[in-house]
Formats: sequence, structure tokens, C-alpha cells
Amino acid sequence: MQKIVKAIIFFIFLFILSVFFIGLNRDTNYNTVNQIKKEIPDFKVSYLNKENFFAKKDLRKNNFTLINFWASWCAPCRIEHPVLIRLSDEKNIKIVGVNFKDKKKQAEKFLDELGNPYDVSTKDPNGKQSVLFGIYGIPESILINKELIVIKKFVGPLSANDFDYIKEIIK
Amino acid sequence: MISNFGNLLLCVSIVLSLSIIYLSNKNLKLNGNQITKNIFQLSLIQSTVVIICFFTLIAAFIVSDFSLITVYQNSHSMKPIFYKITGTWGNHEGSLMLWVIILTIFSFLFLVYNKNHPKIFRLLTLIIQNILIIGFLFFILLNSNPFSPLSPIPKEGLGLNPILQDPALAIHPPLLYLGFVGSSIYFSAAIASLISNYSEKNFASSIKNWILISWSFQTLGILVGSIWAYYELGWGGFWFWDPVENASLLPWFAMTALFHSIIVFEKRNLFYFWVIILCLMTFILSVTGTFLVRSGILNSVHTFASDPTRGIYILSFLSLMIFGSVFLLFKKYKAENYNLNQNSKETFILVNNWFMMFYLVTVLLGTIYPIFTDVISQNKISVGPPFYNAIIFPVVVIFLIFMAIGPNASWIKNKFDSIKLYFLILLGAILINLMIILFFKNFSILSNFIIISALFLILSSLKDFIISKKKNNLDLARIIAHASFGFLVLFIGLNHIFSVEKDYNMKIGETKKFENYSIEFKNLELKDFTNYQAVVGEFEILKEKDRNILKPEIRIYSNPKTLTYEASIKTSFIKDYYLTMSNIDRSDYYNIKFQEKPLMIWIWFSVIMIVIGGLLRFFKNAKNS
Amino acid sequence: MNIKYLLIIMLVVSQSVFSAEKQIDPKEIQKNLRCLVCQGQSISDSNSDFAQTIKMVVDDLISEGLTEEEIYSFMSDKYGEWIVFKPQLNIQNSLLWIFPYMALILGGFFITKLFNKRNKLTK
Repeated sequence: MQKIVKAIIFFIFLFILSVFFIGLNRDTNYNTVNQIKKEIPDFKVSYLNKENFFAKKDLRKNNFTLINFWASWCAPCRIEHPVLIRLSDEKNIKIVGVNFKDKKKQAEKFLDELGNPYDVSTKDPNGKQSVLFGIYGIPESILINKELIVIKKFVGPLSANDFDYIKEIIK
Repeated sequence: MISNFGNLLLCVSIVLSLSIIYLSNKNLKLNGNQITKNIFQLSLIQSTVVIICFFTLIAAFIVSDFSLITVYQNSHSMKPIFYKITGTWGNHEGSLMLWVIILTIFSFLFLVYNKNHPKIFRLLTLIIQNILIIGFLFFILLNSNPFSPLSPIPKEGLGLNPILQDPALAIHPPLLYLGFVGSSIYFSAAIASLISNYSEKNFASSIKNWILISWSFQTLGILVGSIWAYYELGWGGFWFWDPVENASLLPWFAMTALFHSIIVFEKRNLFYFWVIILCLMTFILSVTGTFLVRSGILNSVHTFASDPTRGIYILSFLSLMIFGSVFLLFKKYKAENYNLNQNSKETFILVNNWFMMFYLVTVLLGTIYPIFTDVISQNKISVGPPFYNAIIFPVVVIFLIFMAIGPNASWIKNKFDSIKLYFLILLGAILINLMIILFFKNFSILSNFIIISALFLILSSLKDFIISKKKNNLDLARIIAHASFGFLVLFIGLNHIFSVEKDYNMKIGETKKFENYSIEFKNLELKDFTNYQAVVGEFEILKEKDRNILKPEIRIYSNPKTLTYEASIKTSFIKDYYLTMSNIDRSDYYNIKFQEKPLMIWIWFSVIMIVIGGLLRFFKNAKNS
Repeated sequence: MNIKYLLIIMLVVSQSVFSAEKQIDPKEIQKNLRCLVCQGQSISDSNSDFAQTIKMVVDDLISEGLTEEEIYSFMSDKYGEWIVFKPQLNIQNSLLWIFPYMALILGGFFITKLFNKRNKLTK
């Protein structure tokens, strides 16, 4: 067999096995945190307490916005809520809450009990608007800038580290 | 106590393997064709020790000895005894013991049953096989030891995943392992053949039956896996192109190619190196499959709990096997003298191999491609049924035609059956297909082609049966296996075309109607069982005059805390009714999935008939030798 | 000559029949979308919260007139390529789609090379 054929076969196997070795260290759990650097979609959600709509253009006046998807029936949402309350004290960032697949009474009760960090409270009762943002579980939060580009996606409850990260960004 | 005994037996096994290698090596240096008795005895003792070790582990599961990590992680004292036993091999560590049992038993039996072959070939096979055995024993002892002790001893175990608490767990792994782990023996034999230059036809006869046996069990193992998925997963399907399913299919393609090629090799002494490559490929694919499944590198519904160190060990072992085989092949490769006629049987067997390699490449590529995109471009992609179906089904159409024509070609000569006869058969197939469209319904062009070519294969096999019965040269094994494959494709095609699937959200008391069906949600009951609670729904399916009651369940297990959905299946010769019920969060509606799946039982039956074809060939070979 | 025309006509007819059959079927699409919070199930087979929302969105997109491919694009734009079971036709996946048939053709070449050919035995 010619030397070159042997060399090609050897290197193909070497390549495949190397990729396997490297692949072992990768995390197989999937998340959407890589779906960033794009502009947020056109969306329309109604306010929690009113019938009017809140849409993409309403966000342009903020320097930074954190869109937080939550629900009263979601246990981790309770855990992250204090972080949101702390964040609501920060200037330069507005927090928009999207109440996901929930009932108005339960949502209001939740906010009465734990505090309302939201500058704007909206709702998405059937979850369809949240799909436009690529939401697949709650809580999730999306940090966007003035140009409405997604800076970071937080999947799961916001941690103290996330709070520091956000504080850094919005300086 | 059990832990120490188990570890002791494992160490004894390693010592035995090393002794066998040492003694075999010594024996090789002696003249004559005699293998000393102690090598046989040691091999027998080796198998016995490993089996005792395995039974020790089973005993630990039966008495719920939670001082062993494996028993703690995978069992519970309240489990029914049947699942305590079968749970032994329902986990990574325990199933590795099953690997070693098969490796050692096949090692011993191959030695015993090949008395008419050169000593150097038999001993080299034994040595290579024992190197594999030692590799696995070290893996078990150092990384995945079922006898690993736990301290302090917990009072109760974590329990066995309820999906695994199924009779199929008892037979699915053993069947599969007899298949792809059994292929280790002809891997070792191939290496031995290369080293000892044992390349005559007799080499073929030494491994022929082992290939048939492993292929038959592999087919059965895949069948049981599919049946289990059908009953247990609640999705109504039986094949999902899931990585673990593909891992069992890859060696199967290689085995099928192999036992066809070995016919040519035995008859005409052609394709020696290709046969060797296939022998090596089969077991390499088996270990690759085990790597993909147990390392956690791929996401799958079937994966064992994963641990990256396992992956590193198996991958290193796999790399050694691959590079060892490749280098040996490079060293020993000699170009062969081919002189093939276009329409000879040899060519058609090559065609079989050609298609098998195509299927193999497709399934392998689809399974590992996501690893490559993830590592190279940090992008996770999914490769699912749409890919495999789109690539494979059109090719199957042509493959079936070759399966029908090929076996009737003659050896060496450029002779062919009369085209007229085939034309008539094709016409018959098209006619039957048209009748199906006329009486039932229309379907896609691709489906038409598949049905027609499947019918072509079936009718051709019938023609072969009639003609060869008259001429008295009936090859029943081949006719049954090929015809059954045709039936398999036919039934899968018809099942796909005529399946009915409906999805409803229903409350108790509601009735949903569509076409000439009616589904009534009659009742909901809560029942208590030993290790779970069940919410049982009662549904009445009414289709014209045919009334059936189906009772799907939602099961709430406590150890471990899981929810499973048990489908209610009503099987008959013509169709299965399939109903699953699941609760919708924060609502008192239930989501009901109703499916009518025609001819399911015939799909299973076709695969069993394929295996019977293989076993018929095996028994005929055994009788002749 | 006539056979060529016949083949071309057959090809055109089969193509039009093929594409005419491609009626948009929500179940097909649901079967080709992965439930992100399940273990390998499709949106069709799963009834998790997520799956139910996606089913509604797919129905909406169909009524808005999107084709099957456009719906897959929409989903992979929002959730990444992992959500679609059919690998998207882009440069990264081109090797995946092309290689099997390339291998088939290559194999065919190998076999035809073996016909009536005498190789020299190497010593």
C-alpha cells in the first residue's frame, strides 16, 4: 500500500480519536446562553394590570434593560427575587417583568409578598411571546443595551455573581 | 465480606489471564500441534471464576448489601426480587461483569471447538482475547468496580429507575452482549490470522459459526430493545435513531457484511483482507458504541449515568485497538488477484457489502457528527430521524431489488436468471401495490417504491422457494431470511402509511370524535402498589362496531422519586391500539395521545423470522462440520 | 432519443407530484422539533409545558403561512440548531449530508474497478 494512503488513514483515525478526547470534557447539557449578540425580536405583551400593550419600541428609551421571565408557581423565582429587588435600586437599568403562564391574582399576591422590582410589569399568559425571546424554562432573564442587542442570557435564577456582572456592565 | 470476595475473584481472574498468556506463549515455542492440557483447564477455570464473581454480585443485590456502592446506587430493599436480580446488570459496573463473562466463555469455547486448526492460530487468538479480557478486568478493578465498598453503610439504597423495572431488562443486555461482545472472538481470530499468516479458506470455517451466532443474538437483542422502547417509552415508536440504538446497529451492519463476505472467502478464497477488516471493524464498532453510550459524550434517552474518567479509559482502550489493528494491517497487507464477472454471485455479495457500508457510514456519521460540531465550532446540533430517513430509505428501495436478484446469480459465471421472470414478478408487485392504493388510501411516491420493492423481494423469494424445491437444492435459511427482511420493510412501510395519531386534552366524562372513531374518558382511579402509586384512566375507544377499553397509567414511584407514563396497548393481528395519558400542570385536563398502529406484531415477527434464518444456517453448518 | 424524452417527462412529473404532496402537516413539524427540557423526546411526543407552548406557536406560524423550512429556521434562530432534528443545510453540516452518498458512489467505483481486472501480486 502506498505510503501516502497509509498516512491518510492514520491521520483520519488520529483526528477522530482526538476529537473524542476533547469532546469528553464538554458539557452535554444544552442551554441557550449562546443565542446572544442579536437584536431582540418584535414582540407585544400586555401590561399585568392594564389592557394596553408594551412593545419593543418602548424599550429604546432605557440605557440598559433586564427582561425577567417569572411566575408565582415557580420556586426558583422566589430564590432569585431578592437579587431583582437589589437590582431595581440601580440607576441606568430598568427591569421589565414578564409574568409567564400565570394567573393575575397569584402574580399580584407574589409581588405583594416579596416586593415588586419591576419598572414595567407585563404578562404572557400563554407563553407564546416568550418563545420569540427563546425562553424555554423559567426563571430566565435577558440583559439588553440601548441598541436593543442582547448582551447576556441568564438561564435559571439570578445569582449574586450575576448581580455583580450586571453591575459591571451597566456602569 | 462480599466486597472482599468479589475483589479477590477479580484479581484471581487477572492472574489466570496472565497465566494463560504466559503458558500459550511458551507452548507456541514448542514443536508439534499439541496444546497442553493446562491451558484448557485454566481457560475453563477462568470462565468459572468470572461466573462465580458475577453470581456473588447478584447475591449482593438479592440481600440488598448496601455496603457495595453499586448496590446502594441501583437497588432498594422494597424492590421485587425479580428486579433485584435483573438490576444487577442494569447499571454500568454490573453490566461490565456481563462483558467479561462473555469474553471468557467465548475464549474457552473457541479454543475447544477449533481442534482442526493450526496451534499457532488458536493460541494467538487465545492470547489476544485474553489481552482484551485483562483490559476489561483492569477497567473494572481500577475504575468501575461493582464491589467498591461504601462506608458508612447506608440503611437504604437509591432504587432502580422505574423504566428499567421491566422484564425486558432481564434479556435485552444479555442478548446484545452475546452479539457485539461475542464479536471479540473473531476480532482476536483476525489478528491471530494476520500474525500467523493463516489466510486459507480454513480460517473462514473457524469463525463462520461464531459470526452467525453473534449476528443472530445481536438481531434478537436489537428486536427486544425495540419492543421494550415501544411498550415502555410511551411514544408509540420503536426506533428513534437515538445514539444508543445506533451504537447497537453499527456492529450489526458490519456483521451482516461479514457473514456474506465469508461465504465468498470460503468458496473462492477471495477477499481475505476485506474479511479481516470486517472482523476487526465489528468489535471496534462495539467498543466505540460502548464508549459513546457510557462516557456521557452524547445526550440520549438511554444513557447510563456518566462519569468522564470512564470515557477516558474506554477511549484509550479503543485507541490501542484501532492503532494496533491498523498497524498490523499495514504491515501484512498484500494486494489480491481479483477476476470478477459482473453478474456473478461474488459481485452481488460485494454489492451487499457496499450497501452495508453505506448504511454504516450514514449511521456512524449521523451519530458522531454532533460531537464534531460541538468541539470544532462550539455549536450543538441534533441529528434525528429526518436525516436518517431521508438518506437511507431511497437507497433501501434499490437494496431490496439486489437482495432479490443476487442470490440467484451463479458463482464465477456471468449467468443470470431470465429477465422475463423478474419482469413478471415486478408486475405482480406493482399490481398488489395498486390494489392497496385502491382499497385503502394513496401515499407518497417514496412509500410506493418501498412497498413495491419489498413485495418484489418477497415474491422473488417465493419464486426461489418453488423453483429450488423442484430442483432439490433448497436453501431454506437464505430464503427465509431474505423474504423476512422484505416482510419487515413491507410491514414497517404499511405501518407508517396507515398509522393514525390524535392528540387531545380531555377532562373526565368527555368524548372526542374524529373520522369514524370515538374516544370516551370514562373514569379515573388511584391505585396503590408495592413500590408505586398509579393514577389509572379508563377510556373507551369506539370504531364503528369495535369497542375497546384502554387503561393508561401515570405512575408515581417513591424510590427514586419519579413519574412515568405507562401506555395502554391493545394488540391484535391487524393493529395495535396505543393510548397514553399525562397530566397537564395546573389544570384538571389530561393530555391524551391516541394511536392506531397497524401490523405491529408482524414487524416483530419478521425480525424473529430473520433470526430463524440465521439459526437455520448455523445448525446446517454445525451438522455438516 | 425517445427514451430520453420519456425520462425527462417522468422526472418533471415526479417532481411536481413530490412537491404537491408536501402539504404542511403540524404533526410532522412537531415530530421534527426537539423538546429542550426532555430526554430526547420530540415536541409531538412530549407534553411538558415547553412542548405545549411550542405546539401553539407552530400552529400560529402555519396559519401565518410559513413553510416547513421557515418554521425550522424560526425555531433554530430562537433556540439554536439543537432544537431541530433535521440538520440545517449550511456549510457546517454540508459534510454530513454529502458524505454518505459520496461514500456510496466511491464504493461503486471500487467495485466496478474489480471487474475483469488483473492486479499484480506483490511479493
